[in-house]
Amino acid sequence: MKVRAILRDATVQVKMLIKHPMETGRRKDEEGNILPAHYITEIKAVCKGDDVFRAEVGPGVSMDPYISFAFDGANTGDTLTISWKDNKGESETLDVVISGA
Amino acid sequence: MGISRRHFLKTVGGSIACATLAGVTLPGSVMAKGGDDHALSDNVNAAVKAKYGALPIEKSDRIQIKAPEIAENGAFVPVSVSTDLPGVTSISIYADANFTPIVASFDILPKTRPDVSLRIRMAKTSNMDVIVKAGDKLYRASREVKVTIGGCGG
Repeated sequence: MKVRAILRDATVQVKMLIKHPMETGRRKDEEGNILPAHYITEIKAVCKGDDVFRAEVGPGVSMDPYISFAFDGANTGDTLTISWKDNKGESETLDVVISGA
Repeated sequence: MGISRRHFLKTVGGSIACATLAGVTLPGSVMAKGGDDHALSDNVNAAVKAKYGALPIEKSDRIQIKAPEIAENGAFVPVSVSTDLPGVTSISIYADANFTPIVASFDILPKTRPDVSLRIRMAKTSNMDVIVKAGDKLYRASREVKVTIGGCGG
């Protein structure tokens, strides 16, 4: 997962790109077998002990999800922790430091 | 299987990845405040009710939806949603023709700005509906997005 968190005018702008197949569970391979569903179900971001972002997603979100959001109440140098979980119980967590514009 | 992945990545994928990471608006994106005047389909209405309960839903022109008028590839439709309604606690996005109409939902927490962007899949030309929960009410706005190549790979 790649994340950029940049403080602009007191608001932190976050852009993330998560490598994930987001397999819908409705596609078939060349032999006609269903490719099992494999998609991120939730994404969360925490800063200074507070949740600052929470999303429920699913197969309607594109492969390699690109998501951007914004939040207030943080400064450059603060740490933002982003995490996601998928329907198979896989997950990833990443800490990024908020940078200035 | 259709278009090979290498061909797709060489043509569309690279430009989308670069454009989105650089924060550049993709060509064909048109800003619309409040969007089109489409009522919610039964499908989407049911999905909204499943998520929020039977709250009244009012059309709002204070929800801004940015989405392409024509999405060349339904597998990657860039959308941005923001609102200046006060007291927002939730934003959710629906694509009427998708197998599962609800695409994503966002809790707007005290520090979260009601402003999100993401890439979604749209199975075919249909309405994209946005629901915003503010106070005890639901507000809606819609855009029709035309899709030339369907987005679910089926």
